[in-house]
Amino acid sequence: MAILEVRDLTLRIDSAHILNGLNIEFWEDYVHAVVGPNGAGKSTLANAIMGLPGYRQHGGDIFFEGRSIKHLNVDERARLGITLGWQEPARFEGLKVSDFILASAREKNKDEVDRALELVGLEPVRYRKRAVDKTLSGGERKRIELASILAMKPRLVMLDEPDSGVDIEAIERIFEAISLLKREGTTVLLITHSPRVLERADHAFLMCSGMLLDKGETRKILEYFRGKCLPCPHQNVPDLNSEKKSGGKNA
Amino acid sequence: MLEEPLEEILESINLHKSLMRDGPHVVINANRVLSSKVVDGLEIEPEELPDGVRARLRVRQGVKIKQPVHLCFGMLPERGIQKILLEVEIEDEAEVSFMAHCTFPKAVDIQHLMEAEIRVGRRASYSYIERHWHSDEGMVRVVPVARIKLAEGARFSTEFELLKGRVGLIDIDYHTDCQAGSSAEMKARIFGRQDDRIKIKESASLDGEASRAVLTTHIAVRDEARAEIYNELIASAPHSRGHVDCKEIIQGNGVARAVPVVEVRHPKAHVTHEAAIGSVDSKQLQTLMARGLSEDEAVNLIIEGLLS
Ligand SMILES: Nc1ncnc2c1ncn2[C@@H]1O[C@H](COP(=O)(O)OP(=O)(O)OP(=O)(O)O)[C@@H](O)[C@H]1O
Ligand SMILES: [Mg+2]
Repeated sequence: MAILEVRDLTLRIDSAHILNGLNIEFWEDYVHAVVGPNGAGKSTLANAIMGLPGYRQHGGDIFFEGRSIKHLNVDERARLGITLGWQEPARFEGLKVSDFILASAREKNKDEVDRALELVGLEPVRYRKRAVDKTLSGGERKRIELASILAMKPRLVMLDEPDSGVDIEAIERIFEAISLLKREGTTVLLITHSPRVLERADHAFLMCSGMLLDKGETRKILEYFRGKCLPCPHQNVPDLNSEKKSGGKNA
Repeated sequence: MLEEPLEEILESINLHKSLMRDGPHVVINANRVLSSKVVDGLEIEPEELPDGVRARLRVRQGVKIKQPVHLCFGMLPERGIQKILLEVEIEDEAEVSFMAHCTFPKAVDIQHLMEAEIRVGRRASYSYIERHWHSDEGMVRVVPVARIKLAEGARFSTEFELLKGRVGLIDIDYHTDCQAGSSAEMKARIFGRQDDRIKIKESASLDGEASRAVLTTHIAVRDEARAEIYNELIASAPHSRGHVDCKEIIQGNGVARAVPVVEVRHPKAHVTHEAAIGSVDSKQLQTLMARGLSEDEAVNLIIEGLLS
């Protein structure tokens, strides 16, 4: 069954067509991947599903567990169990790691904070009291954001480039955390252009120029992506008319 | 006779008497010294004035005082003026930290004026944390003026915190002169509400070679509150370094104004400043809302962090 369904999703920002009639179903309890080159519209899709300001004025509709969420605010969507891990997580001056994770956590206790930190491979004693600010490395911030998501125990999480800025060892912890999310009943959507991350998914979607080009078994999409998309020189120019032609030709 | 106000003052700042009794301290209510204790190498000479207290504080050369010295400036009456005149002398190579608590738990109309002359000797270290506890209503005017002189290699840090209760009107004016190799850190964290008025002037002159200063002001204003921040840093010596960090979050009809002045008078000096004034950062807000916090909850958490 689809936990989330995107129907005829179109989005224009200024006069550029960023999403061009997307139809996607994300099945429950799967780890999905949305893959595509830079500028394909992957983050935009996630932002629209989360309902972020600036991404709400779309055409089409978005259904969560069969119900349209188009008119819901970010926090209302989050309370249904939808959440997003940013490509570039926010920095919060002075906000303690433990308070950040606690604010997100479903069970508000200290053990939950430590558990979440351990799951992403960060030693609680070293990180609890630090601030979620610029003194953390990019990879640390990514993992702390993931820890906050683990503590939240969402129904659906979209992780935008979960591996960006994260070292090889830490990536393994992130993959373990993703498996755990799945075991605990969270549907996961990995947004990536990394074959390594794509391999972790059960099912994949290929996006180019704000459109869905293909979907199916991860291996099939991965082969296509490796063979055709990675070497493809075409730049995504978010304009519907030119996109349709060049996107189709190059893809 | 003196016991009762003493209890009341300590209670208003969540400090228990037993905590203070053993450590060095001075407790003042209006113009009366209720209790004081010194340790070896620390001299405190308080003198009661008609509308306040004059106090000389001295730490003898080379003496390192481990425990923080608690200073409690209380004003239990609802109305009145309290003037605190401080002369602080930290002699060469001495070390001390002061924790000042200013409490006006029943304030209706109170003025708390402080004038401090502070000298920190060669390679001495002085830290002064001032925490204010005001009532939720009522009017307190807080006007602290401090002139700080740092000798070679001295270290000075000060923090002013007013997060509990109404600000009323606050007008801070601190200036530090820094000799060679000395360092100054001045920080203010204030939360203004209703029609509070906040005015802060923090300045430092980096006169000596390789001297350092960081001026930090983190302010949040909501309702009709207003804040004006003047940060001034003048670097005139080689290898002197300075940084101004001014962050203000405004909400409701709050108004914030920041005037950073940085002046560099030597090609080998370097000063930076960062200022951010506005509503809560949208990405921070969206991140917390995407975890299920309401907008208000998210804003409060962000402000708490900034002011922590
Ligand atoms: N708020 C915005 N304003 C203007 N253009 C935008 C905005 N958000 C996205 N875009 C544009 O939409 C297109 C798709 O961007 P998006 O970030 O969704 O791509 P992506 O697939 O996530 O790429 P990447 O792999 O580089 O992260 C890009 O051309 C981008 O510049
Ligand atoms: Mg992206």
